[in-house]
Amino acid sequence: MSAVQHTDAHRTVLRRLARAIPIPAGAGLARTLVERNIRSYRHGWLTLVSGFFEPIFYLFSLGVGMGALVGDVDAGGGRMVEYASFVAPALMASAAMNGAVFDSTFNVFFKLKYAKLYDSVLATPLGPRDVAVGEISWALLRGLLYSSAFLLVAAVAGVVESWWALLTIPAATLIGFAFAAVGMAATTFMRSWQDFEYVSLSILPMFLFSATFFPLERYPEALQWVVQATPLYHGVGLVRDLMLGDVGVGLFAHVLYLAVMGLVGVAFAARRVERLLLT
Amino acid sequence: MVLRQDGTQADDRPLISAHALTKRFGDFTAVDGIDVEVRRGEAFGFLGPNGAGKSSTMRMIGCVSPPTGGTLRILGLDPATDGPRIRGRLGVVPQKDTLDEELTVRENILVYGRYFGLSRAVVRERADELLEFAQLTERASSIVEPLSGGMKRRLTIARALVNNPEVLLLDEPTTGLDPQARHVLWDRLFRLKRSGVTLVLTTHYMDEAEQLCDRLVVMDGGKIVAEGSPRQLIAEYSTREVLELRFGEDDHGAYEPKVADLASRVEVLPDRLLLYVSDGDAASKTVHDRGLAPLSMLVRRSTLEDVFLHLTGRTLID
Ligand SMILES: Nc1ncnc2c1ncn2[C@@H]1O[C@H](COP(=O)(O)OP(=O)(O)O)[C@@H](O)[C@H]1O
Ligand SMILES: [Mg+2]
Repeated sequence: MSAVQHTDAHRTVLRRLARAIPIPAGAGLARTLVERNIRSYRHGWLTLVSGFFEPIFYLFSLGVGMGALVGDVDAGGGRMVEYASFVAPALMASAAMNGAVFDSTFNVFFKLKYAKLYDSVLATPLGPRDVAVGEISWALLRGLLYSSAFLLVAAVAGVVESWWALLTIPAATLIGFAFAAVGMAATTFMRSWQDFEYVSLSILPMFLFSATFFPLERYPEALQWVVQATPLYHGVGLVRDLMLGDVGVGLFAHVLYLAVMGLVGVAFAARRVERLLLT
Repeated sequence: MVLRQDGTQADDRPLISAHALTKRFGDFTAVDGIDVEVRRGEAFGFLGPNGAGKSSTMRMIGCVSPPTGGTLRILGLDPATDGPRIRGRLGVVPQKDTLDEELTVRENILVYGRYFGLSRAVVRERADELLEFAQLTERASSIVEPLSGGMKRRLTIARALVNNPEVLLLDEPTTGLDPQARHVLWDRLFRLKRSGVTLVLTTHYMDEAEQLCDRLVVMDGGKIVAEGSPRQLIAEYSTREVLELRFGEDDHGAYEPKVADLASRVEVLPDRLLLYVSDGDAASKTVHDRGLAPLSMLVRRSTLEDVFLHLTGRTLID
């Protein structure tokens, strides 16, 4: 077999493989879309700053302020910690969720329906998969920035209990990934701004009731499994265990849940972008 | 394929070839089995009224819309399997500008170049050249929104050129622009053509088609109804001159029998009669001699508008 034939055969096999996987085509250039977003944010840095302060304000008002009234709480397995230490990881996980959801819903909707950004992007070598991966990576990068800043402030405020806490940064990034992917997929179904009520409707209860502000055991028994089924519960659980240095095999369940959610979301978002724009 | 002396291959196969190319949206057929071949270096046009299927065709060529039927090869490749590779060698100017309004004029080119996988150094250099080409150097750091329609269009073209495309696809490049802006744009497109870029454009302006296209197809209702150079089409489907008669009454049809023998063909429009003749002055003299006394008489050369009218019985712009 000549070299030319060989590469041809090689390419055919790759192409068949690519077609067998239910993810639309891409050119491996998703990073250029991330670059575009970074440039665009240089012009609109104010939104970047607000996402940074929000969780920190929560930390001081709820954690440090209210925490003084609440006393110690059970962080699971009978381990008693200060309320601020209990709630800080939950705030970090929620902030990762909120940032990712905001970016992948409102911002993506605007680009999809009004700015027609992806119409021009898809005229270049980039494919629908690049669009999905690019936007989701961007949401997750922003999350990375926020969670690093939050961790720093939390550490200075004295609510971080262990060196394991450094791993909360990749953990928060994973949370961002999971929520951004599902958020983007959901956005492709939105018809108007009104549909965003559904986003708030699913985010707010999750923010309040994912064992964020009080432990799972405080929920009525019948509701505990509902709480445990929500993605934010796993996000909070993951970050909390790491921040408190409570590391065990249970972490893998959280990681698996979020990773699967993210991967399914990316594939779905790419499919939908293809369906909507490559008509 | 011909091997040139310098070792490069002069490819005389068509850059774009479509056979029985079809696009359906549900039950509706937007493009109905067209055959097209575009050769390297030519300016090729799709002329047709709104809804003819021009944009649907361009989107298929741009590899952002999968054909429903027929075969399509672009640069010898199949869009179904080689979309990204083909798009990497095309420049696309869509019907509606899709500039990035969150970026500056220069950033629009920089970012777009990066989508093609070009290095930062290359896109910086290209951006400067292209801003110069689009006469936008002074506006380089302006945001996009306040630019005039003509400037936005030039920026869209500049952006589409960032990857040095072999083929530039232009969907109605000057629709909505004032006459001066159109001429500036045409001038830029002439330059591109001279530098060897293959142009494929759609338009519903017959003057644009005549100005820019070496060869064109006339499209109507998703089908190609005629093909050739503007001159060939006029010679084949029209006469050398046209005599336009306007009467003071609403019913121009009533005058048709009185002049029918003067022309090889008469078209009755709501506001005038068109007489297709070889000698307009002679015909107008006869009209005068018959005492018909129209409000106005005008002799002009045939245009593609007349070709279209002849082929479809309708005007291009309604
Ligand atoms: N995505 C679409 N879905 C349904 N119909 C479409 C779509 N795109 C175009 N059409 C229809 O196809 C026909 C041809 O449209 P188009 O190709 O845009 O024509 P042109 O560019 O010549 O004006 C029109 O009747 C249009 O309404
Ligand atoms: Mg069109």
